Amino acid sequence: MAATDSTGPAPAIRLRGLRKEFPGHPPVVAVDDVDLDIADGEFFSMLGPSGSGKTTVLRMIAGFEDPTAGTVELAGEDVTRRPPYRRDVNTVFQDYALFPHMSVRENVEYGLRVTKVPRAQARQQAQDALDQVRLGDFGERRPSQLSGGQRQRVALARALVKRPKVLLLDEPLGALDLKLREQMQVELKSIQREVGITFVFVTHDQDEALTLSDRIAVFNRGRIEQVGTAAQIYEHPTSAFVAGFVGTSNLLEGPAAQHLLGTTGRFAVRPEKLRVHPAGSAVDEPHARGTIAEVVYAGPVTRYVVDLDAGSATAPRVVVLHQNGTEPTGSAPHRGDQVLVTWRPEHLIAIPDPGL
Amino acid sequence: MRRRMALLGLLAPPMVWLGVAYLGALAAIFATAFWSTDPFTNQVVRTWSLKNVQGVLGPTYLGIIGRTLLIAVLVTVVCILVAVPFAYFTARVAPSRARPILVALILVPLWASYLVKAYAWRTMLSPGGVLESVLGATPGFGLTAVVLTLTYLWLPYMVLPVYAAFERLPESHLEASADLGAGAGMTFRRVVIPAIVPSVAAGTVFTFSLSLGDYIAVQIVGGKLQVLGTAVYQNTTLDLPFAAALGTVSVLVMIGYLAAVSRTGALENL
Repeated sequence: MAATDSTGPAPAIRLRGLRKEFPGHPPVVAVDDVDLDIADGEFFSMLGPSGSGKTTVLRMIAGFEDPTAGTVELAGEDVTRRPPYRRDVNTVFQDYALFPHMSVRENVEYGLRVTKVPRAQARQQAQDALDQVRLGDFGERRPSQLSGGQRQRVALARALVKRPKVLLLDEPLGALDLKLREQMQVELKSIQREVGITFVFVTHDQDEALTLSDRIAVFNRGRIEQVGTAAQIYEHPTSAFVAGFVGTSNLLEGPAAQHLLGTTGRFAVRPEKLRVHPAGSAVDEPHARGTIAEVVYAGPVTRYVVDLDAGSATAPRVVVLHQNGTEPTGSAPHRGDQVLVTWRPEHLIAIPDPGL
Repeated sequence: MRRRMALLGLLAPPMVWLGVAYLGALAAIFATAFWSTDPFTNQVVRTWSLKNVQGVLGPTYLGIIGRTLLIAVLVTVVCILVAVPFAYFTARVAPSRARPILVALILVPLWASYLVKAYAWRTMLSPGGVLESVLGATPGFGLTAVVLTLTYLWLPYMVLPVYAAFERLPESHLEASADLGAGAGMTFRRVVIPAIVPSVAAGTVFTFSLSLGDYIAVQIVGGKLQVLGTAVYQNTTLDLPFAAALGTVSVLVMIGYLAAVSRTGALENL
């Protein structure tokens, strides 16, 4: 499932047939035949549940894991057998991995000093990197004297100071609280624009992936399910897994789909694409009758859970997300009300059958 | 008020122990060092004099003190050289199933009696013993034998803290170092060693102080070797104030040593 063809300049990262098995009886296949091209300067996210292989792919790009099969190319160069210290990539670790016996400045200087950059120059570059993450005055502190968000920024500065071709980020915001995480997302994005380095970002948080990324690869059980822009992934998921994992989806299949839509197959429809109307309203869009099973008012939106009437088939339960606009709330349907649920044909996403 | 009484009751026994049994004994040794012995009656005479200090600082005893320090340093160095690779292997290389077995192997000798172990070494080191029949030579009884035996005796006290340090060291720190361009040697020097230094220093507190005070193993495998411990031991029956003066030397050396290693953070790693 290569996303770009091989003409033009070499992509920043090219993975071919990448596979990783961990020993066991039988061996655990963590990454199963992954092909992927990541373009220069892209903010690329690898999204998936834990154990889906996204971190293992990242670790193989960094050189911390040896692939069982396949190749890793960086800017057209095969680096599969190269140790981490001879790859032009740097990593921001999930636990930050700051060296506790060094000051913040020494941490940031470390990557330059071990590659024999002169002391004065290393110091200047480290200061620039710390300024960039707005920690210019914190150089003399110890990592233990910093907050989680500050440590995270030191880890970022330490990785960026080497000006790598690719920056790998392994769930870097996972340990931060929500407010801080949103703030760091904005900061990450603007830093990436500023330095123009390819970012490969591993996350299990779909909102984070959708808001930050130029493109996203959705991982499931060691394979890539889909690669695309946030809009492509969200609006046109190509598998039931993607439809379910990225955002929420109502899945219609089997006899219920036959009854409601008149065709066989599997279809996904996003909750915000559905509308509820009082029973008996005149509607000219495709629709289905149903009963409100639950009403959850959440400020800007109200979530309706509706059991659709699907004839003899088991009633499918769908979620409808209603944008609370300017209409009077008195007319809103209640639990137990009979309603009509409408949709537009173009919002039905045909999902290919699984079992591929 | 009631709480305060309860707290006092709780703290009193350990404070009495520390104050009387421990600090009191130390103070007694220190004071005794400045008394003297009546040469005819062998009774302790409580008159202040610096005679013992002069004796301790004379050539004979300075030699003994120097030899004792040499032994303590050698034992400590050999313990570090053996313990660091062993602890590294146990904590980071050996398969996780083998780890408890290796740790147990290090702990088992601690459960055997000190005397048994010292005599075992005497048997091994003796002419015609295991060492001679296997290696064809034995260092015999003396300084080398003492260093060997003490190293064997105190090794677990070095391995355990260093092992714990290696185990605490997160894999991601080693990966981060490699990621930032450092090869294995550089990572070892700049990330691994600083991470274990406090624990190694903690281990040396044991190996150094135990070697400094030992007088039993020295008698068993040291031949005619005289060290601070044996000198104190022999003087307790002949000239108690002089023995106290010698004991004070080892206390002072240890205080100096602790002050030196406390800079490394060793005392938080004991």
